[in-house]
Amino acid sequence: MSENSSQFMKGMKDGFPVVIAAAPFGMLFGTLAIENGLTISEAVFMSAIVFAGASQMVGIELFGQDIAPWLILLSIFAVNFRHVLYSATLGRYFDHMPKSHQALAFFFMTDPQFASSEQRGESGIKLTLAWYMGMALPLYFAWIVEAWIGAVFGSLITNTEALGITFLLSIYFLALLMSFRGRSLFVPVVATSALTSSIAYLTLGSPWHVSVGAVFGILVAACWPARYRKEPKS
Amino acid sequence: MMGDFLGLSDNVWIIIFAAIITYFTRVSGHLILSRFETIHPRVEAGLNAVPAAVVTAIVVPAVLTGGWAEVITIIVAVAASFKMSMMKVFFLGWVLIIALRSIGL
Repeated sequence: MSENSSQFMKGMKDGFPVVIAAAPFGMLFGTLAIENGLTISEAVFMSAIVFAGASQMVGIELFGQDIAPWLILLSIFAVNFRHVLYSATLGRYFDHMPKSHQALAFFFMTDPQFASSEQRGESGIKLTLAWYMGMALPLYFAWIVEAWIGAVFGSLITNTEALGITFLLSIYFLALLMSFRGRSLFVPVVATSALTSSIAYLTLGSPWHVSVGAVFGILVAACWPARYRKEPKS
Repeated sequence: MMGDFLGLSDNVWIIIFAAIITYFTRVSGHLILSRFETIHPRVEAGLNAVPAAVVTAIVVPAVLTGGWAEVITIIVAVAASFKMSMMKVFFLGWVLIIALRSIGL
């Protein structure tokens, strides 16, 4: 097998849990989109060109109400603002790629894609486009198909609670989170983010807790006195 | 719905702009950062904290809204992740949540 295809296969393997775990959300989006007045093709189109779960949910929730388009777009921007941070962080591992490959890769940058890529980049493995797309493409095509299934068969989707699938994404992210435990300031960052995002979740509600927790966690790391920061060996 | 522009409905236009905005957020962080020759240590420290800070916040609702089955699964998964690979933790968590829910926790 060529280097590229083995990298691609590794990416598919690493992304496999996410494909399973994200499936109920992909279908839920399709179902809710129809309930909020989108057509089947509009729902599928949105999953295909936006490809960002949380913001799609927020977007269609607002579609259902009589809200000015610019306000819908502003909300989508606010929910996706965390991508700016991902992009700045992950871009450091993209430097070896041609600009066109970087531009392509950024389109597919979702929460799990970012976190897995960080994990890979951190462990010193070169972040190749082949690995990256191996993880991204199955997720992307599944996401599109799921929107269609949810839109067409929405009322047929029964309770996924018993199979625990809606909880799988949390387990996946938890396992991923633990893989970052060797990083400098891991404990203060996690503690701050957990506390502030909990407060935000209970007051502002979802999905704002993500941005709030992220911002405070990052601020703690940035403000931490330099001499107590464990510098990576260089 | 309200009207057409270039033959596309308002909904389709909103979706197209949503996609453009989303893509913009995905490239802009890198575009901004790559304009700087050197990165300040505090910015560097902040960026290194992004994965842990964000992923923690994503997991929080599961902990806050979960019942016993979810809380037990989370504790076991955290403990297991010291010893096991990510993939094993994932499948262990899956089996555990099904088992705990099936016994009514």
